[in-house]
Amino acid sequence: MSPHLQIWRWHVTMATSILHRVTGCGLYLGGLIVAAWAISLAAGPEAYATFKALLGSPLGKVVMFGMSLSLFYHLGNGIRHLVWDFGHGLDIKSANASAWTVFGFTVAATLATWAIAFQIGAL
Amino acid sequence: MSYRTPLSTARGLGSAKHGVGHWISERVAAVALVPLVIWGAYSTILLARMDYYEAVEWIRSPVNATLMVLSIGIGFMHMQSGLRVVIEDYVYSHLNKAACLLANLFVSGLAGALAIMSILKVALGGG
Repeated sequence: MSPHLQIWRWHVTMATSILHRVTGCGLYLGGLIVAAWAISLAAGPEAYATFKALLGSPLGKVVMFGMSLSLFYHLGNGIRHLVWDFGHGLDIKSANASAWTVFGFTVAATLATWAIAFQIGAL
Repeated sequence: MSYRTPLSTARGLGSAKHGVGHWISERVAAVALVPLVIWGAYSTILLARMDYYEAVEWIRSPVNATLMVLSIGIGFMHMQSGLRVVIEDYVYSHLNKAACLLANLFVSGLAGALAIMSILKVALGGG
């Protein structure tokens, strides 16, 4: 293992980088869930009911909550990466500030989505 | 004058000359996914309260079918290229790396194609 992992103090930009990969890998599973949705819809009412029952179960809701957190994190941090690709915000102060902005956006967007879902009776 | 020996020139054949195009196409997919993913999250909570017949009706709308096909197509391309970078970074053995890269390509290609064909089947009236 590289020594830098043991001697470096944890900082927020390090966490955002690692989380971008972790959430990206998690969302790979999310993509497969979307594919399963489409396939079960094409398979007919019974298969679709089974799919909906799985996602609507307590475990399914926990998975979907994780997916929504991952999605909004990866979305926010992805935009941060796109801004960096244009050469902006690369200094340490801006990178730290944008990291915390992404965390704030992730929590706010996830909670708002679940609040709207609850309000329209989707849960 | 060049300081490179003939051997170093022969060994290091230089870049493949298409790295920039690949890099840009990854970013273009990412930019396209920003609105698609927001629409996708909104659609997910709409679909969560629909039954089968309402969902079929929903996907028969050309706008919904088009956006769903685009989301899945571009999303699976993005998933494939993202996981590819992770595999290239962490899998060292040449054979394992090749196997992982192929599995990534085939799984994302198959799942994406199945999903798009399923949506077209329902949207075009077969469902």
